[in-house]
Amino acid sequence: MPDKDTALLNVTGLKRYFDVSRPFLNRVFERQKRQYLKAVNGVSFSIKRGETFALVGESGCGKSTVAHLVVGLFPPSSGKIEFDGINMTALKNRAQLRPVRRRMAMIFQDPYASLNPRWRVSNIISEPIKAFGLINGRQAIIQRTSALLEQVGLSPQDSSKFPHEFSGGQRQRISIARALAGEPEFIVCDEPTSALDVSVQAQILNLIKNLQTKFGLSYLFISHDLAVVRHIADHVGVMYMGRLCEIAPVNTLFQNPCHPYTRMLLDTIPDIEKMGNECAPPQGEIPNPLSPPSGCAFHLRCPQATDHCINNRPELENIASDVKVACFQARS
Amino acid sequence: MWWIRACGSIWEKPMDTEKLSPRKGWRIAATMRRLADSDIFYSFCHSPVTVIAALVTLLIFTSALTASWIAPQNPFDLASLDLMDSHIPPAWEDEGDKRYLLGTDDQGRDILSTILYGSRISLMVGFLSVIFSMVLGVSLGIISGYAGGLIDVFIMRIAEIQISFPAILIALLVDGVLRTLLPDAHSAQLAIIVLVFSIGVSGWVQYARTVRSSAMVEKNKEYVQAARVIGIHPVLIMTRHILPNVMGPVLVIATIHLAVAIITEATLSFLGVGVPPTQPSLGTLIRIGNDFLFSGEWWITIFPSAALAILVLAVNLLGDWLRDALNPKLR
Amino acid sequence: MLKVENLTIRFDTRYGPLTAVDDVTFEVRPGEVFGLVGESGAGKSLTGQSIIGLLDPPGYIAGGQITLEGTRIDNLAYNHLRALRGRKIGMIFQDPLTSLNPLYTIGKQLTETILTHSSMTNAEAQKQAIALLTDVGIPGAGERINCYPHQFSGGMRQRVVIALALCVNPQLVIADEPTTALDVSIQAQILSLLKRMCREHGAAVILITHDMGVIAQVAQRVAVMYSGRLVEIGDVRQVVKHPQHPYARGLMGSIPSLHHQVDQLTQIDGTMPRLTDIPSGCAFHPRCPDCFDLCKDKRPPLKKIADSHIACWLYANEAHHAG
Repeated sequence: MPDKDTALLNVTGLKRYFDVSRPFLNRVFERQKRQYLKAVNGVSFSIKRGETFALVGESGCGKSTVAHLVVGLFPPSSGKIEFDGINMTALKNRAQLRPVRRRMAMIFQDPYASLNPRWRVSNIISEPIKAFGLINGRQAIIQRTSALLEQVGLSPQDSSKFPHEFSGGQRQRISIARALAGEPEFIVCDEPTSALDVSVQAQILNLIKNLQTKFGLSYLFISHDLAVVRHIADHVGVMYMGRLCEIAPVNTLFQNPCHPYTRMLLDTIPDIEKMGNECAPPQGEIPNPLSPPSGCAFHLRCPQATDHCINNRPELENIASDVKVACFQARS
Repeated sequence: MWWIRACGSIWEKPMDTEKLSPRKGWRIAATMRRLADSDIFYSFCHSPVTVIAALVTLLIFTSALTASWIAPQNPFDLASLDLMDSHIPPAWEDEGDKRYLLGTDDQGRDILSTILYGSRISLMVGFLSVIFSMVLGVSLGIISGYAGGLIDVFIMRIAEIQISFPAILIALLVDGVLRTLLPDAHSAQLAIIVLVFSIGVSGWVQYARTVRSSAMVEKNKEYVQAARVIGIHPVLIMTRHILPNVMGPVLVIATIHLAVAIITEATLSFLGVGVPPTQPSLGTLIRIGNDFLFSGEWWITIFPSAALAILVLAVNLLGDWLRDALNPKLR
Repeated sequence: MLKVENLTIRFDTRYGPLTAVDDVTFEVRPGEVFGLVGESGAGKSLTGQSIIGLLDPPGYIAGGQITLEGTRIDNLAYNHLRALRGRKIGMIFQDPLTSLNPLYTIGKQLTETILTHSSMTNAEAQKQAIALLTDVGIPGAGERINCYPHQFSGGMRQRVVIALALCVNPQLVIADEPTTALDVSIQAQILSLLKRMCREHGAAVILITHDMGVIAQVAQRVAVMYSGRLVEIGDVRQVVKHPQHPYARGLMGSIPSLHHQVDQLTQIDGTMPRLTDIPSGCAFHPRCPDCFDLCKDKRPPLKKIADSHIACWLYANEAHHAG
């Protein structure tokens, strides 16, 4: 039995740059340099066994890229991803990666794009089973897919249908069944409910939570919705322009946000409980990620920014035993 | 309209059998019912032009396939030909002969029979070269779209060079090169293979470009990412995930390309580099007839030309309809 | 001011007509923000489109009437409809990129709209356009008036769309999911702008959204829709804090809260029925925890209960007692 308190996933100094340069000839004639989009720019966090770590941030902050890097959809530009002590970035070929891949799975954002429209549900769900060679024999696989469908609240009869015969919420259940098929320990959820209506979102969130207690799963939960994060997460990391600006346990973060960006996010969410009262909306927009501002990336919109913030970039540092903040103001 | 009701009653049967027979019958019945229920079938029934085009195509296909049974004469069998019967006009003309409905050519071959046998050759060459083009174009397109990078650049530059020449020129070129390289290229069977290859090679670009752009869209969809997360081999992702999802437009191109391939074959045969004269296709017939057009024996060239025009028009109309039906934005 | 009575919208398909909006009645008072909420497919956008006459075929108004200040507007000829759009009713769409013409500068689009509906000179219109753009918070409006839509960010574009909708002082603005495509911090800016601008221009707003939080923050009254029918209309405080209809109750319970953590969210099992098979009686009855026999057979009418209107048999008796 593995130790409960050890980290299952350890991410250190993760970076991913995308080459967004113009084509070669254009660069030569227009005398431009290569351009890089720093989607993820030095992100470190760890996830303990059985806990849910949420990454929140606005669109374009790099949270989805982190998710894709963790499951190995593309390699990081630099940095290390350790899963249960195995350094994934050192594993090069498919055969080495396979045992690690079986232990993690992913649930996607768009239930209309994440299931192959030409495949029957039974084939979709059994794909990981066959790929990892978990179960052999037709009958056994049919039994397993039926069991999986029942676990996510669908009926075994649904297995011969095609994805278009289901509603968005039901498709997301199929997607979850596929993620469970490989018997993973760790699931990356990339905005699993942002394409769904609230009542369906509640069903899916409840399902995700119940499965966690049932199978002892650990989650990396990506979302832009702080209310969802509050409901589901144990630890939260707030991302802004490719960097983490705050990591804290969920209750600490919501009751006592330390980074000005976190505070701004919390203030701006339309909330059914602070009805009608007009709060001053935040200033400014997210800067162009191709030319990020100097110093602290948030200084342009920060009400507390000083000259120090404009010129120097704050590092993520502990201000309490379990709270890390990247802000000069929060430290003093 | 009457045929809709007729179609409906035909498809009602499978619905009942659904309950009776379990597994396989059920699957077929369900597929049938989905087909009958689909928008494509609906738009088919509601487009009289398409229904007529489909009937004409079907008629030409079946008569070409059953030519050896329904044709009055076997024009390839030299023994059955009688030179005395040459240059006979169609049956309704004064000098016509009841045995030869559409008249005979200079060697005494019955025009109707040669059209039936000829369209068989034309259709065969057309189909084979479309299949060849499709396989070549679709596989190169998927590889190009999915792999990207240098492979993509390489394949697409070749494609761009090729489409800067007319397709018929490419076909002529390939045909000429192969005929010089292969010693006995004039033997009937090899000639047809050479023809299929040259027409096929001239047409793959369109498939490759279409498939490439669809594949580039599909590869970024989350179901492909899901397969990659599991670690499925790229070849399997291309064939099992992406391929079924890019075939829709390919089907449309293939239908329209069939008409083009038949025309290309006719053109090559007309120019005398196509099928051997002992096994005339529609193009060969038109060429033979062309020599007699000014001597007043019009039937030798007009009837094969008409057959070719009707066949190509019908196939094209089917292709147009299929394009509209599969692309709801155009409706 | 705006009255929608028994509005029914149908789609003719080859399977027969589908009723997408069924017998919807509500009114919007001058200057108020009226929220229309529901999940996707509830018919809220169609209701908005039918008011401004933008219903796309094969959809059509099969019954009921819409009156704006006493004039019927649901059966106008195209010419009258055009005069009505923009002049009396403005529209703000979800995606600002598609609601602006990418080929014209925003200045041109604004002045053209102003000129169509008023007798200003070109220079005056230009001046008003700049004033409006400054008003909606576009910095350097004088120069940016010559920019094309793609040169603006999403939030800025939505500001331009708001300026465009308000440039001829309409009495009513229909905002269809105006902030769904935007990030939360930008959403807060746009919502507060929308509220301020409409107050200053004296326009009423129909805010169509799926986000109860947005409604709670901006609207005064709210109507909740479920599969083409209204289930509850009332004061926003009432509906959000004490929803009466079981669907509204489930909807509110399923929203995760920012302030306290619960173990399980209230969930409404099942999904909204497809238009092809809307259940008999009350459309919500198969998912309703309080369903009884009457609900399956007869559709509940919209009854006034205290300050709200609710379509549910649970409250039918109370209505009798009350009135």
